[in-house]
Amino acid sequence: MNKTKKGIGRSGPVKILRYWPAYLMLLPGFVYLLINNYIPMAGIVIAFKNFNYQLGMWKSPWTGFSNFEFLFRTSDAWLITRNTLLYNLTFIVLGTVLAILVSVSLNEIRSSAAKKVYQTSVLIPYLISMVIASFLVNGFLNSRTGFLNKGILEPLGMEAVSWYSEPQYWPFILVIVYLWKNLGYQVLLYYAALISIDREYYEAAVIDGAGRWKQFLHITLPGLKTTIITLTLLAVGRIFYSDFGLFYQIPMDSGVLLDVTNTIDLYVYHGLMESNNIGMSSAAGVYQSMVGFVLVLLANFCVRRLDRDSALF
Amino acid sequence: MRSDKASRLGFHLILLFFSLCSVLPFLLMVSSSLTSEEALIRDGYSFLPRSLDFSSYSYLLLQSQEVLRGYGISVLTTVIGTVSGLAITVLYGYALSWEGLPGRRFFSFFLFFTMLFRGGLVPSYIMWTQMFHIKNTLAALIFPNLLMNAFYVIMAKTYFSANIPESVKDAARIDGAGEFRILLRIVLPMSSPILATLTLMIGLGYWNDWMNGLYYISSDKLYSVQVLLNKMLMNIQFLLSGVAQSSGIELSNLPATGIRMAIAVLGVLPLLVAYPFFQRYFVRGILIGAIKG
Repeated sequence: MNKTKKGIGRSGPVKILRYWPAYLMLLPGFVYLLINNYIPMAGIVIAFKNFNYQLGMWKSPWTGFSNFEFLFRTSDAWLITRNTLLYNLTFIVLGTVLAILVSVSLNEIRSSAAKKVYQTSVLIPYLISMVIASFLVNGFLNSRTGFLNKGILEPLGMEAVSWYSEPQYWPFILVIVYLWKNLGYQVLLYYAALISIDREYYEAAVIDGAGRWKQFLHITLPGLKTTIITLTLLAVGRIFYSDFGLFYQIPMDSGVLLDVTNTIDLYVYHGLMESNNIGMSSAAGVYQSMVGFVLVLLANFCVRRLDRDSALF
Repeated sequence: MRSDKASRLGFHLILLFFSLCSVLPFLLMVSSSLTSEEALIRDGYSFLPRSLDFSSYSYLLLQSQEVLRGYGISVLTTVIGTVSGLAITVLYGYALSWEGLPGRRFFSFFLFFTMLFRGGLVPSYIMWTQMFHIKNTLAALIFPNLLMNAFYVIMAKTYFSANIPESVKDAARIDGAGEFRILLRIVLPMSSPILATLTLMIGLGYWNDWMNGLYYISSDKLYSVQVLLNKMLMNIQFLLSGVAQSSGIELSNLPATGIRMAIAVLGVLPLLVAYPFFQRYFVRGILIGAIKG
């Protein structure tokens, strides 16, 4: 709470009047948040209703928990939860390991021009939209003209693979594309943490005869510890949310692949836009919002205990 | 000393590997867009064009209104969205940085809670389409989700709190300047780093957005570049039939394989060209916003 003595001796309403320009400045943003964020929050009641477009969000009849009962009786509920969690866990682990590998390498080389070129290059995929990424992936995977089939498999005398209809490859493809797209972003964060480690530690270690590996274990890793734990916890807080673009665009919405590409966000989208199953779709959405909310709170609680400044609140 | 050199070479090799992986797919795309259709069908997409051929581009730029219109829509929504988004972000952030404002905690929480809890796609979609009827309007590419983001407001607020001393504002107040005048004439000129960063992040969000188009736009007159690309990825015929009509060439004789890549190049080119100029702000935006973003 603000404890300055400003405004003492004035009564409440007068004090508030004095601040009218501030409230005017808050107004457009306030209205936007109310519409864009808060009405949809109230709209989660749809999941407890038998939604009917004619009657709308508020007047459709209540059905209690039956949408949830239907949802959790399908095998889809388990599948989308499993996929969302497993993909995110893989992304967190591999993303962190690779980002540390690359940022430590960046820190070890001397030429600042080379540093700049490397850093710029790995950040480029983060810049583009998932649609463009999907065209790029299609350049490799297209079954008639893709580089993998035409440039590698066929010249080697192997049989071409119809990539977009073979589910077994997709866990790998999606992980690679995720890493390809997001590596530069994470490298940036870890590199920033790395250059703030005091050089003197390394100089002292060299005098003591410690090799690179020892320096990495005893100086670099401890120096990065807070960043690693914080970023991981924050990612765990969002583990129930998946990158819709990645799972929708990259497999080109191929139905055959759904067993391995379906996540909660994709399921909600298909239910809403294609199969017109608002009940199940909104139930899945509320399931995601609720669990997601609890996880964010938990993760933030942990971050807060570790490093107050990095906590969301 | 020798082992030192060797290990540094090792680090260069690691970095070279990841850099090439990042960049090579773009080379594949550009080179394929410049290859003739026969070569593409015969040899597939490849990293080096065997023969230069610009026909994909000439079809796209000369015969297809869709691409030019897509650019128009993208530029228009990006400009409108970025300017208005920046304005409401800065206003909200600036007001939050106001010391002693009654209700400041409430407005902070009101903003902040949107990062913790989301209503999700279904209620948002139903609200935008049923209450605001934005389906197939330009507004659908501007309003949902992209206009104001709590992280950016917090970035702005933090910057103002840390960099604009209360004494500067007080001095102006004594001189009789109004609050909006103080914001425009004193605070904003002192805030160019954060303004540049926010402009870039918001603008990039608009330029790259295809989801609003996917959800709310079904009329091809309103396709932005990204939405057009999205439709084409799923169905190349969509764009080709337009080209075939205006060029009078049989649909089956058009270089579909090359056109597919050429339009992706056109979609990403503006970003790649501008990237060196805005990289600095982009990096800064990620670094300030990251931990909390």
